[in-house]
Amino acid sequence: MLIAIVGHFLLAALLPVLVPRYGRAVFAVGALVPAATLAVALSAAPRALSEAPPVETVSWAPELGLEVALRFDALGLAMTVLVSGIGAVALLYYACYAAYERAGIGRNAVLLVVFAGAMLGLVLADDIFGLYVFWELTTLCSFLLIGGDGVGAAERRSALQALLVTTVGSLAMLLGLITLGSAAGSFRISEIVAAGPAGPLTGVALVLVLIGALTKSAQLPFHPWLPAAMVAPTPISAYLHAAAMVKAGVYLVARLAPGFGDVGVFQVMVLGFGLATMLVGGMRALFAQDLKKLLAHGTVSQLGFLFVLFGAGTRTAAIAGMVMLLAHGLFKAPLFFTVGVLDKLAGSREMTELSGAGRRWPALAVVTALPAASMAGLPPLLGFAGKETSFEAFLSGGVTATAVLIGLVTGSALTVAYTARFLWGAFAAKPGVAPVRPPRHAGFLLVIAVLALAGLLLGPLVSALSPLITGYADALPGDPSYEPALWHGFGVPVLLSAGVLAAGYVLHRVMPRRPGGSLLPGWLDAQRGYERAVHGTDVLARRVTGGTQSGSLPVYLGVILLVFAVVPGVTLLAYGGVPDAFRGWDNWLQVPLTVLVVLAAIGVLAAKRRLTAVLLAGAIGYAIGALFVVHGAPDLALAQFLVETLTLIVFVFVLRRFPATFQQRGGHGFRNLKAAVAIGAGCFVAFCALLFSSLRTADPVASQQYATRAKADAGASNVVNAILVDFRAFDTLGEIAVLAVAVTGAATLILISQRTVHHFEASDEPDRERPAWQHALVLDVFARALFPTMLLFSVYLLFAGHDHLGGGFPAGLVAGLGFVLRYLVGGSTELSSVVRVPPLALVGAGLGIVAVIAVAPVAFGYPVFTSATASLSVPLLGELELASNLAVDVGVYVLIVGGVLDLLRTLGASLRPSEADIVVEAGERR
Amino acid sequence: MTINLTLIVLLAVVYSTGFYLLMQRSLMRIVLGVVLLGHGANLFLQAAGGPPGEPPKAGGSVLGALSDPLPQAMALTAIVITFAVTTFLLALAYRSHALLGHDEVSDDVEDQRIRQHPEAEQESQAVVSDEPGEHV
Repeated sequence: MLIAIVGHFLLAALLPVLVPRYGRAVFAVGALVPAATLAVALSAAPRALSEAPPVETVSWAPELGLEVALRFDALGLAMTVLVSGIGAVALLYYACYAAYERAGIGRNAVLLVVFAGAMLGLVLADDIFGLYVFWELTTLCSFLLIGGDGVGAAERRSALQALLVTTVGSLAMLLGLITLGSAAGSFRISEIVAAGPAGPLTGVALVLVLIGALTKSAQLPFHPWLPAAMVAPTPISAYLHAAAMVKAGVYLVARLAPGFGDVGVFQVMVLGFGLATMLVGGMRALFAQDLKKLLAHGTVSQLGFLFVLFGAGTRTAAIAGMVMLLAHGLFKAPLFFTVGVLDKLAGSREMTELSGAGRRWPALAVVTALPAASMAGLPPLLGFAGKETSFEAFLSGGVTATAVLIGLVTGSALTVAYTARFLWGAFAAKPGVAPVRPPRHAGFLLVIAVLALAGLLLGPLVSALSPLITGYADALPGDPSYEPALWHGFGVPVLLSAGVLAAGYVLHRVMPRRPGGSLLPGWLDAQRGYERAVHGTDVLARRVTGGTQSGSLPVYLGVILLVFAVVPGVTLLAYGGVPDAFRGWDNWLQVPLTVLVVLAAIGVLAAKRRLTAVLLAGAIGYAIGALFVVHGAPDLALAQFLVETLTLIVFVFVLRRFPATFQQRGGHGFRNLKAAVAIGAGCFVAFCALLFSSLRTADPVASQQYATRAKADAGASNVVNAILVDFRAFDTLGEIAVLAVAVTGAATLILISQRTVHHFEASDEPDRERPAWQHALVLDVFARALFPTMLLFSVYLLFAGHDHLGGGFPAGLVAGLGFVLRYLVGGSTELSSVVRVPPLALVGAGLGIVAVIAVAPVAFGYPVFTSATASLSVPLLGELELASNLAVDVGVYVLIVGGVLDLLRTLGASLRPSEADIVVEAGERR
Repeated sequence: MTINLTLIVLLAVVYSTGFYLLMQRSLMRIVLGVVLLGHGANLFLQAAGGPPGEPPKAGGSVLGALSDPLPQAMALTAIVITFAVTTFLLALAYRSHALLGHDEVSDDVEDQRIRQHPEAEQESQAVVSDEPGEHV
């Protein structure tokens, strides 16, 4: 079973390769897998009908008890025959049809095969999640197939309507199925049905599930999407929107009926909506002008019929349902095929324009009349057997059954009427209309005849299908002796059938030949309801957006900060006690540093010049670095000093392009309000820090373990370094990934305004060729002298980090600052003489080194980032301990050097083109 | 544990300044706000991570006398990430300046349009309107 489903998807993946060479013949190739599935399913039929049908499970998340379960039972077999059998024929038909409508051949072939696979999965799935996933897959295929290439407005609207309506339903269905599964204690459909949980929650769940079924099978009041979907090519309409996909809702009802057929809400919903749909659909079909629309409304009507039969919850009705299920697939698909033939060969599908097609092509009329007769319920066709049994099913019952019977009889009379109208509209010679002269096409005829003959033969042979039909129906209560047969002897059902045929024919005769309008009032129009719902959602969305989104960043941030401070703040004040033990400072150095930070912060706020603000912010950074030293965090302080320096340099690079002072454009009010919000939020954070500090009663276990194990496990006595490169190396990997992305992103943002990417080699900056007196000679000499020293120092830091101050970050930053110094003195020409590797290659290499270190242990069966240590005895140096996690430091080092070089390349070197050029260029682009 | 009041005052000042700068219109000021908030967060981690102590060296000192290494490692990571974010934001400010001639964050135009015309007739694609005569 699983192989068959996967086979569909594999073939679909292969088809695009074949399209350029074989053209429309790919549809025939696509038909191979459904045809093979049909053959295998038929050969496996005895096993499916046995007491214990085959089950396949693939466990994909055993920890959660989640598995894909497939179950091949009688109902599954019947649906497989329908899905794969008609699928294969529809694909063959499309191979002929595509000669007249070439658009989207490859796309539609792939989608149809994918759909066939998904539909097969849907009818075989025995777990609710598998069912849901395949259910949505068919929805998506339907959406894409209706929408076509997305150019036509009508196609887009119809596709969207189908998608919206069916996904809303399927979401409700998922919720309902999960509720049912929880109530039954299993997510296997067969077990849920067997358990048949009861209770009010089950009622709600069933309503939700049935909403899914109603939307998918285009039942009242969701039905308009199905006629609208008729904009799709006819083979798609025939397969998805008549034979297969729209049966999914019916299938779901049939699946659940053995467990829930006696639940009141289930019966009321299925019988009520089904019957109403049958009548409304029949009436709409009777008034349709377009043959395809007529069939679509007919499908809606027939699906309502099937709902009633499967939802009734009795054995006889279920037998009728199974017969009608097969019969409908066999008669509706060929009728659609005929419409497609007329549409393409005679040039129209409007019954007012088609005249004399029957006389011109009698063979087509004959192969169309057979399925039409089956639809109307004429003996000896399969449809007749279905109708007879369905009348029988409701004959002996209470008031409800009689009411349903009256509805079914009326609906069937409508069916007869619109069938007669269909034949008349398609083939009759109409006075005053020029006869059409379609060319005769044997291929089409053959494909239609296959299904027409199947319907004809299965009528008398319906008793032979008895094991299949009763294999499902026996699960339901009712007269166990009733067997499916074409002829049950004279009785009330036969009389009813005869009456229905006569009434239907009369109805067809009295119908005006060129009608318009409808029997139903306009306000009842379901399409209008759908439009109102969509429009209402639009309006609501706009109102909510307009009411809450001001579009102003300060307002958003202010609201966020206010909520952040007020909501948890009030709770903390109410429940968290304020600690009572305070001290002024841990170290007197903290006081002057704090004063420095406060003064600098005031300065940043007051600064009018950008450079002043940046320098003062830098001062805050250095002061905080000093606080880290006081705190006993030398690694942190070193990194802070180096990063602060680099940040200042980057700021200065960018500031070169900005005006010296902050610009004030327009009024910026609410300064006091902003200040109040900012101070409130800031004080709240401080309050949190106060609380968190007071809650610390002992050293955390993790930190103690890190300190104890650093030497043994990570080979490092600097605990911070051990955490970075070993214990929490994932953090480091994530961090350098952020760094790499940010640096690359920044480079892209700056280079995007320029046509060419500047390499160090390529750009020889003219503004660097300054007169000699502008050269800062002392700086020049110092930079050249310092550079090797800095590089050497950085390498020392890199290797010392394990046991002393240092590590990959500070080392990389020191090396980077060395390059910055060279750049400041000599510009990019100077740099290009030092570095010959593209900076981004260094960034990638650094990331790659860490990634390799991460996954390499997996090859030896250890978890990621496991480190190994080795002792080397080196002459002169003695014993050296080497840990593999040193490579993490090396990776970080390389990445940071590459990142700094890249910033120099972009922020520094490529800020050359004058601002005016860029603005003009951007203006042209817009 | 006793609370260090100086650090609490410092945190309040750094965070308030950062938040205030974040609510400004100039991208440059916003970037400075992010930088200050980054400083504040690192300081917060250290303040919540216990009192100062010896630099955390394994085997060197008694465990209780060491400062907690975990907040330090986290802050070290955070410093580098703040730098990366700052660089990116600066590049954004540069780009805004190059394209628009200023680095101010203006109000979202689309939001304003919706605010002024909540009922604007912008029909959704889903509504069928070109076939008024058809009932289904």
